[in-house]
Amino acid sequence: MKELAKIFVPLLLGVAVFGLWQFLVRRYQVPVYVLPAPGDIAQAFVDNFAALMAAAATTLKIVAIAFLLALASGVLLAVLFSLSRVVELALYPYAVILQVTPVVAIAPLIVIWVHYERIELALLILAWIVAFFPILANTTIGLRSADRNLIDLLRLYGAGRFGILWRVQLPGALPYLLGAMKVSGGLALIGTIVAEFAAGTGNDTGIGWTIIEAGRNLHIATMFAALALLAAMGIAIFFALSALEWLLLRRWHESALAAQG
Amino acid sequence: MGVLVTLSHLSKTFDSGLQALANVDLQIGDGEFVSLVGPSGCGKSTALRLIAGLTKPTAGTISFPAGKPEMGFVFQEPTLMPWATALSNARLPLDLKGVARGEANGRARAALEETGLRGFEAAYPRELSGGMKMRVSIARAFVGRPKLLLMDEPFAALDEMTRAELNDDFLKLWKAAGLTVVFVTHSVAEAAYLSTRVAVMSPRPGRIVADIALGRAPTPDPSRRFSPELAADARRISDALHGAMKAAA
Repeated sequence: MKELAKIFVPLLLGVAVFGLWQFLVRRYQVPVYVLPAPGDIAQAFVDNFAALMAAAATTLKIVAIAFLLALASGVLLAVLFSLSRVVELALYPYAVILQVTPVVAIAPLIVIWVHYERIELALLILAWIVAFFPILANTTIGLRSADRNLIDLLRLYGAGRFGILWRVQLPGALPYLLGAMKVSGGLALIGTIVAEFAAGTGNDTGIGWTIIEAGRNLHIATMFAALALLAAMGIAIFFALSALEWLLLRRWHESALAAQG
Repeated sequence: MGVLVTLSHLSKTFDSGLQALANVDLQIGDGEFVSLVGPSGCGKSTALRLIAGLTKPTAGTISFPAGKPEMGFVFQEPTLMPWATALSNARLPLDLKGVARGEANGRARAALEETGLRGFEAAYPRELSGGMKMRVSIARAFVGRPKLLLMDEPFAALDEMTRAELNDDFLKLWKAAGLTVVFVTHSVAEAAYLSTRVAVMSPRPGRIVADIALGRAPTPDPSRRFSPELAADARRISDALHGAMKAAA
């Protein structure tokens, strides 16, 4: 019953809001270039289906590559930090600087450096910058939170630095990493779109550019369709990473236990 | 009976300036069950960690006249890997020694069976009770067939019933394996029930103030808990402990 309510209550609300939206727009004859009705948006989605899908695919490819790069580099650097205090002392402040500088502000510089012709590379770098830090920060904490006694036990049984890392620290950091991945997945998408806006050229054909172009041409319904698609992509990324988390933690971690009720 | 470990003039001061141990002398013989009893913070755990080689003494030496024995360690917490099954947890020392997986699994399974966990090989720690987790921890300590087992208040966090049950099961294992145990506890009754010998320590910085040989082989017999002999032993230990506390105050 509760499970059904979780699905149907928000669904019902959505249907009601869309119904009211459609009704009000038609009733007061709001021009389509100000606020399109849901029906107009659906029509725009169908009319531009091929273009929207191509744009979504372009964006998604960049998001996926940036996310995987962020994952690999974040974990690798966190491992380096845990192995060497000097490396951590030297690099962590710069990672923070990279994180706190707004990506919109860095974007023009990156775009100039890699040239407009290779705009996808610029988007990739910018998306990587925003997605990278949560992975690094959380994995660093995770690796450091390992049970001291367990580490001592491994040392007693003759394990070296890498044995401890592999057998205790990395598995222990997994819940932290998976939590960070959910954040980073969303950030990679946001970073890509922001970068597309900042680049503001037609050289790329991602969903961000679709929105800019539709806006310039006052195709507000297409804009909404692209926005809906973008939201769907964000939700899909979140659910995919949540599913991965559940799959890897369900047998042993408290967070998965709580979800089972 | 040969001497397994000799602690001589052992002192330990931490970087913080805290002196945990002062001039500790102790010999532990092959096959003994020695309990270290003392007030909280008297350096009992530090002594164990020194024997295990997990920390270095500030002064004095730890020597193993017959060569460094294979050691096992049991903490107050079960200290299991939550992401690994009971079998993988019990197998850990063998994995680290590079024992082939097939043989390691067989030995881990046997160790779990000895600690009463047959049928729980595939269970994860969160699926086990506190007492069962401690049994996995003990199975892990036994699986490498150590000569010397160091135990740091292993049963202190358990309820009274589980604790008594584990005391008896552990005594059976100790007898069967013929190993030497150094057992840290703050329970006088537990020390009297389990040990062949009890070393009483003073408040920090810890020294050995009394070395009481109980002169018998402990047997896993619950009725013994309320016997006059055990009560007399407990009194001797308790008197020594209170004497040390008073002297320090």
